[in-house]
Amino acid sequence: MSPLLWILLLPLLTAAALVLVPRTYSFVIRTATLVCTAMVALIALGLMGDFDAAPVLEGGYRWVQRIPWVPSLGISLSVGVDGINLGLVVMGALVAFCAACVSNEIKERTKEYYVLLLVMTGGILGAFVSLDLFFLYFFHELALVPTFIMIGVWGRGERRGYAAFQITLYLTLGALIALIGLIALYLQSGARTFDLVELTQYLAANPMPVARQVFIFPWLLFGLGILVSLWPFHTWAPIGYGSAPTATAMLHAGVLKKFGLYALLKVAIPLLPEGAKVWLPWAAWLCLGNILYCGWVAMRQRDLNLLIGNSSVAHVGFVFLGLASLTWVGVTGAVVVMVAHGFLAALSFALSGWLHGQSRSLDMTKMGGLLKQLPFVGAVMIMAMFAGCGLPGFGNFVGEMLVLFGGWNSDLVICGGWVPMRWFVAAAAWGALVVAAVYMLRAVRTMWHGPRAEGWASAADPVGLWRKLPFLVLLGSLLVTGIWPRVLTDRIAPGARVIVEGVGRSVPPPQLAAQRVP
Amino acid sequence: MNLSLLGPELVLIGLGLALLLADLVVPPDRRRYLGGAAAVLALALALYVLRGPGLAGEPAYAFGDRFVVDGLSGFFKAIFLTAGAVVLVLAVDWAHSQQQAVTEYFVLILFALAGMMLAASANDFTVMYVALELVTVTFYVLTSYQRNRVASLEAGVKYLILGALSSAFLVYGIALCYGASGTMHFREIAAKSAELADHRLFQLGMLMVFGGLAFKVALFPFQVWAPDVYEGSPAPTTAFLAIGSKGAGVVLLVRLFGNVAPELALKWEPLLMGVAGISILYGSLCAIPQRSLKRLLGYSSIANGGFVLIGIATASKAGSAAVLFYLAGYLFTVLAAFLVISMVVQRLETDDISALSGLHHRAPLLAAALALAMISLAGVPPLAGFFGKFLVLKALVDQGASFPAWYALAGVAIVGVVISFWYYFGVVRAMYWPESNGDLTTLPVPPLIQVALAVCVAGILALGLFPGTVWDAAVAAVAGLRL
Repeated sequence: MSPLLWILLLPLLTAAALVLVPRTYSFVIRTATLVCTAMVALIALGLMGDFDAAPVLEGGYRWVQRIPWVPSLGISLSVGVDGINLGLVVMGALVAFCAACVSNEIKERTKEYYVLLLVMTGGILGAFVSLDLFFLYFFHELALVPTFIMIGVWGRGERRGYAAFQITLYLTLGALIALIGLIALYLQSGARTFDLVELTQYLAANPMPVARQVFIFPWLLFGLGILVSLWPFHTWAPIGYGSAPTATAMLHAGVLKKFGLYALLKVAIPLLPEGAKVWLPWAAWLCLGNILYCGWVAMRQRDLNLLIGNSSVAHVGFVFLGLASLTWVGVTGAVVVMVAHGFLAALSFALSGWLHGQSRSLDMTKMGGLLKQLPFVGAVMIMAMFAGCGLPGFGNFVGEMLVLFGGWNSDLVICGGWVPMRWFVAAAAWGALVVAAVYMLRAVRTMWHGPRAEGWASAADPVGLWRKLPFLVLLGSLLVTGIWPRVLTDRIAPGARVIVEGVGRSVPPPQLAAQRVP
Repeated sequence: MNLSLLGPELVLIGLGLALLLADLVVPPDRRRYLGGAAAVLALALALYVLRGPGLAGEPAYAFGDRFVVDGLSGFFKAIFLTAGAVVLVLAVDWAHSQQQAVTEYFVLILFALAGMMLAASANDFTVMYVALELVTVTFYVLTSYQRNRVASLEAGVKYLILGALSSAFLVYGIALCYGASGTMHFREIAAKSAELADHRLFQLGMLMVFGGLAFKVALFPFQVWAPDVYEGSPAPTTAFLAIGSKGAGVVLLVRLFGNVAPELALKWEPLLMGVAGISILYGSLCAIPQRSLKRLLGYSSIANGGFVLIGIATASKAGSAAVLFYLAGYLFTVLAAFLVISMVVQRLETDDISALSGLHHRAPLLAAALALAMISLAGVPPLAGFFGKFLVLKALVDQGASFPAWYALAGVAIVGVVISFWYYFGVVRAMYWPESNGDLTTLPVPPLIQVALAVCVAGILALGLFPGTVWDAAVAAVAGLRL
């Protein structure tokens, strides 16, 4: 049995088992969740170590396994990883473990909470290891209901009801639009299979007519774009994360939101290369909205969670820019940003969750001089904020740098060539470095330095290694990917190259190009 | 003539008559057991139908080909019998709290069930009409069964008036079809359907027949009765209306548009698409402000009827099979919902959504089952409702290549689903989100209902997690259609 199946099934099976445990056994339930997520994280790290030794199977994937599910529709539960999703799986598993660690803030209805947390974890990791378009969607949707209930029941603030419904409806809308695109891809490719590997091979041999690709691509682009908070479909994200309990925000902002980007990279771009060439310039415009507009919005925030939420929306723009550049350097950088930002977002929300637990408020105007009182949390958070502005030494720097290099070199034509790609990159870099530095450094100043604020007298750092562990794991991951980026890039680059070269090569035969969609 | 093909129907009618006789000798406090016995028998018949003749092999005919046993009828009969069994269990529990005669209620359910089964096998306009009247007339009584409750009587009167109107549509349409084709027989009509499809009189007749069936399925513009009747009727009746009566309309629509006059389905593609789209939007939008659970499900049944009609409107085998799967999933989902609603209504004497507050604490099983049902209705994996919607959307997108308006319908369907999340999740919120209403006493759930709930929840999960078997059965069931 493929170890990937364990990654996917362990959380789901543990959740099913926990349903049977009486609700008063909260220690057992919490321990089981921690053990389960720790095992998943260890398996994922083990895969990272074994990656080079594992045999490469069909389509460049490793540890592939197929279990037929509905053969008459061409659906099978098939799993497998290459360099691109391996990084995401490891990131997701580590974040899930850390999310389980910080969940000791939950005191009420713990059984339901941990069951939902595990279902969410299983869904997220399942989406990243699936090589079947149907299950890609299936597992992503599995995380939807837990998000809704967790925000509603254990969320914060008066607006949590609104936030829970907004996030659910928005994500459903995006997912359904993407589903229509996936079904259209399945039907109109003629391959009659949802399997990503088979579909890729089939489409490489029998490319779809250009007009058809151009028609299907926007369903995927905008559907998945809503899922990843592409500007202007991003409004759900900051409010949703601001109201969610810590673990939900960590998993959602850190991991789940990468799903849409991942699906664009793995499904939409390689399978619909001509559609990608037509539509990605539009996405490049929109991602400028993410980087600049959302960065600008972040500058005005007074609530720490809204600041982090907006900055995480801004970072998504970078990934989009990397994908839109369609150069292998840029795509590699996009994946590195996805992984690094997953750690960063999870770390930021974990820290803000700790602060919220200390004082029930995240109003930055009411903070000040906290570094003295909370040296550990403060130090980690300042480092996280440095990572957020793209300082070298952290994974984000590597990714953003590669995205900018890739974008500089890109042949992407925007507005018929009237706007040079390099201006674009310059604008993005300015947004990333200057705008992000403004709001991050401002937050550092108001929160951690200056005169002591009132109302924080009882605030304290986490005590003991165990309580500090989730923060250290996430910070360590950021530093490792920043100092030794080859751990990611060496594995990602081959996959990125295949995708980019596939798009570059895709020149459909003339008779197909002339054919119109009926 | 092959009378054995009618076996299940005859058994049901015989059982109904036997129950009426038994009512004379069984003491009043034991009469509930009669319903239990009927439920067991209905379940046994469902198993018999699933392995019986016709489902796998060639269709078998009786009464001069006016009665057919084929894959389509077998699939729907299994749905009807399962629904009947669960509804009888629900009725047994419900009858416990009633002051009036109960055996007649069981008997009427059995007769309605027999009518639905006949409708599934009808291969002739006459048989179809008689079967539907058997269903409708018994439902007049079932809806107004609580004579001392004004709401129930009101529901009965509304159903009576609108039901009679729809029957009039149906019978007039049949007369016009007969006038145009000179036959009542589905097979003979099918033989010349290509030329009949251009016949104005036949078209008008079929339009009226469609109207009569749309009433059963609660499709726009024949949907007005649904919310009122759903709200006012006793919960078991509503449950049976929601799946049984709807199913009888759907099987006839599939047969008429799939087997008898497929040319007409193609010709009416825009009409059917329009009706489906408006039903989805109407049902979803009107469900938003509802506070009564039964009324909410009434509107949701209109929207679901729209989804079913999408499958029929695609005029493809994939679409018809999707309809069958959708209904199979809807069966368990709706029954689970009504089992919980019936419990809540009996114990708390209201079906207002706010009464569900704290239910997760008072009756975790009920809350979990209702939440699963709502999430499945909304269409979230890994539940039955998701795969049904997926199949319908797949059939829909398949048509998009030939007629781009289908993508507009896809947009309408997406909007409908997104709206439906709002009100289905509103029910989940009412149960799970912290509200302080003080009353946290445990609600007892009778063991029989627990079993029925377990069956429904298992069905919801099984159809969502392992849809292969039922999907293949649905594909086999529609293999004989002329699409």
